[in-house]
Amino acid sequence: MEVSPPPSSRRLDKTVESFMVWVLRAGGWASVLVTFGIVLTLVTESWPFFREVPLIRLFQDTMWTPLFAQPQYGIGALLAGTLVTTGVALLVAIPLGTILAIYLSEFAEPKFRDWVKPMLELLSAVPTVVYGYFALLTLTPILQKIFPDLPQFSMLSAGLIMGVMIVPYVTSLGEDAMRSVPMLLREGAFALGDGKLGVAVRVVFPGAFSGLAAAYVLAISRAVGETMIVAIAAGLQPKMTFNPLESAATVTAFIVQVSLGDLPHGSIGYQSIFAAGAVLFLMTLGFNLAGHVLRKRFHRAT
Amino acid sequence: MSYERDFTVRPEPYQKQQEGRAHRRGTIDRNFRRLGFLLTLATLGILGILLLNLAMNGLARIDWQFMSSFPSRRAGEAGILSAWVGTLLLMLVTASAAIPFGVAAGIYLEEYASKNRWTDFVEINIANLAGVPSILYGLMALGLFVYQFRFGQSLLAGGLALGCLVLPIVIVATRESLRTIPSSIREAAFALGATKWQAVWHHLLPYSTGGIATGVILAMSRAIGESAPLITIGALTFIAFLPPAPLISHAPFVSGEWLFSPFTALPIQMFNWVSRPGEEFQSNAAAAGLILMVITLSMNAAAILLRRRAQRNITW
Repeated sequence: MEVSPPPSSRRLDKTVESFMVWVLRAGGWASVLVTFGIVLTLVTESWPFFREVPLIRLFQDTMWTPLFAQPQYGIGALLAGTLVTTGVALLVAIPLGTILAIYLSEFAEPKFRDWVKPMLELLSAVPTVVYGYFALLTLTPILQKIFPDLPQFSMLSAGLIMGVMIVPYVTSLGEDAMRSVPMLLREGAFALGDGKLGVAVRVVFPGAFSGLAAAYVLAISRAVGETMIVAIAAGLQPKMTFNPLESAATVTAFIVQVSLGDLPHGSIGYQSIFAAGAVLFLMTLGFNLAGHVLRKRFHRAT
Repeated sequence: MSYERDFTVRPEPYQKQQEGRAHRRGTIDRNFRRLGFLLTLATLGILGILLLNLAMNGLARIDWQFMSSFPSRRAGEAGILSAWVGTLLLMLVTASAAIPFGVAAGIYLEEYASKNRWTDFVEINIANLAGVPSILYGLMALGLFVYQFRFGQSLLAGGLALGCLVLPIVIVATRESLRTIPSSIREAAFALGATKWQAVWHHLLPYSTGGIATGVILAMSRAIGESAPLITIGALTFIAFLPPAPLISHAPFVSGEWLFSPFTALPIQMFNWVSRPGEEFQSNAAAAGLILMVITLSMNAAAILLRRRAQRNITW
């Protein structure tokens, strides 16, 4: 048994208390400072770039060659690469992830689910450079048997592997959302004579839709920001193309490609990666906020 | 209006139709169950194929020479000494940055912060930070740590970049494990005259250690595999030396000189080898990848088991 402290130590307790509040608050501030640091760096370092290059040229030019003697600033060429690789990834991840989410939430035994879910999440823990290696050296040769004209670097190969990487995001968040749909709704539909899949598709899926939408949106954000897979397997040449069988650089791959070279502070190359970074930040910020709002809405509704 | 039951006998075909429907539903459900099971196995199979592929191409390369040699122009003589030492030191910096700040932020937000606009903002901010692409942390580190603070392309700059990257993971894990502690524990502590910090230090933190440790392990395993932020700060260079040792033979026996040393790390060494032509370099890449995979997967497995155990042992 501890003896209760004498009254004089209360003052010490209070001092410790108010000191610790400040220490903990500093921790809370750290997260805000990181965001602030990211925004500040992107704005100040890309400022000279946007001063020199009128915004309209970003959309008028059709090529992205900021490092050439006759520079072109059509960021569309990079965005096309990001769009195509993301699209391919979503074509894999959304159907597969949703089917797995429905299966795990509505059909699988609870014990099986408890084992499988963490194992699936391992897929998003694999280092992305390993995925890149796999896409370039294993998947591309296989795909080349199906599409003989496929170049060594292709958006198809990178996108497919990226899809595998983001499946767990869709499955995990989607399954959580579907399982939090009240049992009563399912029972009502069963009582009306619907089968399991019918209930899953007609009752659980619509009921969990905003939760699922949050999962999709966060998966998109992941795919847009993914770097190493596309830098290794999709190629580093910016190209205005929407054909996944070609090679093209994404916004992130461009940043990697420039970073690989010699990059003096303040050079046009240096400024251009921050400009690309600013565009990337805005895109993912939009998706992240949408995902956050959807999730909040879903939690309030259930 | 009549509430009487309808006793009319349905004609035969109608019943047949109903039975047929029920039968069809059963078949559909069974088929979907099969499909789901097969797809689950197939998706997990990709993980197996990945490991098998790396092992087939890289396992033969892993030996003492590989672990103890510097990178080299000749693939057969190259090794990952500077890479794994770099990764180890990087993680030291990352952990010492992310853990104290992350845990403090988690405690503050969960136990201290009052519900107002500012807290909402911090919450949205953390949700967004968790989704910011890793390469943007690299750009921040390049502009801020490398040039503004003049840390150079050093272990300190790289480790801090990764620390910022995993900060949200630690914060979220801390908050979630604090949230599972029932408020009766807090009330009991307050009733005995504890201050808030005393309640946190003597009760809430000990009870949430399992959850926080899980989060920290996951955060570290994420940081070990990250290469994009390190490439952005310019870490992809030929490093055939080790950073100065953190322990020295004369007083004060520890040295911070290593913090400012250039470095390489496992994932960027692997990237370097992947992008080179030639099968020998690719088997080096596979070997480095296999080591990376084994490290991250076992850390994740440890986190899963730890979470399981923490959940099982607690009964409030």
